Amino acid sequence: MKSAVITFPGSNCDRDLAVAIERVTGHAPIRLWHGEQTLPEGLDLIGVPGGFSYGDYLRSGAMAARSPVVGAVVEAAARGVAVLGICNGFQILTEAGLLPGALMRNAGIRFVCRTVALKVENTASRFTKLYQPGETIHIPVAHHDGNYFADDATLDRIEGDGQVAFRYADGINGSARDIAGVLNAKGNVLGMMPHPERMVEPLQGGTDGARLFEALAQSVLERA
Amino acid sequence: MKARIHVTLKDGVLDPQGRAIHHALEGLGFGGVEDVRAGRLIELTLADGTSDDDIDAMCRKLLANMVIENYRVELV
Repeated sequence: MKSAVITFPGSNCDRDLAVAIERVTGHAPIRLWHGEQTLPEGLDLIGVPGGFSYGDYLRSGAMAARSPVVGAVVEAAARGVAVLGICNGFQILTEAGLLPGALMRNAGIRFVCRTVALKVENTASRFTKLYQPGETIHIPVAHHDGNYFADDATLDRIEGDGQVAFRYADGINGSARDIAGVLNAKGNVLGMMPHPERMVEPLQGGTDGARLFEALAQSVLERA
Repeated sequence: MKARIHVTLKDGVLDPQGRAIHHALEGLGFGGVEDVRAGRLIELTLADGTSDDDIDAMCRKLLANMVIENYRVELV
């Protein structure tokens, strides 16, 4: 699997994501800087990591979404390349218009940093197909702006189309309909607030995140 | 030429910051505050002749997130 992980000024989960992808899939990602105008040829996966890109200036993810490399990511997503945005990466993908909705300040105002239970809602996508329908998994969150918002018509549409990938088992941040992760209509872009890269080996407290990366690697083999 | 861009949350979008400010005002003993909405003011210094369309495009493309926010342009 040929993958790339992007680093923006202020990203802080880029290395964790790269290590997790390599541990699980056996292939080390290419590391890309935010100023790149073009992406390497033949990518199967682009990882947009967590952190505080551009200091969260204006709105979380707003500046990064207008950076040169994200323009190339939008084009790659249109060609069907898998794009995974985690935490700040999710915020960036919504700001870039690759995913519906927006992520607002947590309803309780506080930064939430703990392992949470997630219900897997979609087990058909290339990201989630190794989870069982209705399965509950445990993945850490660490965010201040994870309160998912979209208007009711959009929420009805994405729920109806199976674009809700994960929900919080217990509401933690005020997210509409407890949504924790969203797919685009084509199913090749996933944004999620929880950090699967922080749950890939037993030493981290669990391995529920590993199956997401395994699923991506498997999808690449099936397409080859 | 200056433009002040007032960015506010759309009606119906919950405003956790506004609610916290409201709560703090009440804690300070101020009664009669019925609601608080927090927004953002962005002041642009522009070349003379910058068109309204350009300012509008700046707002839509970056300064406001149209999913959750409205904006109002005030030329000063």
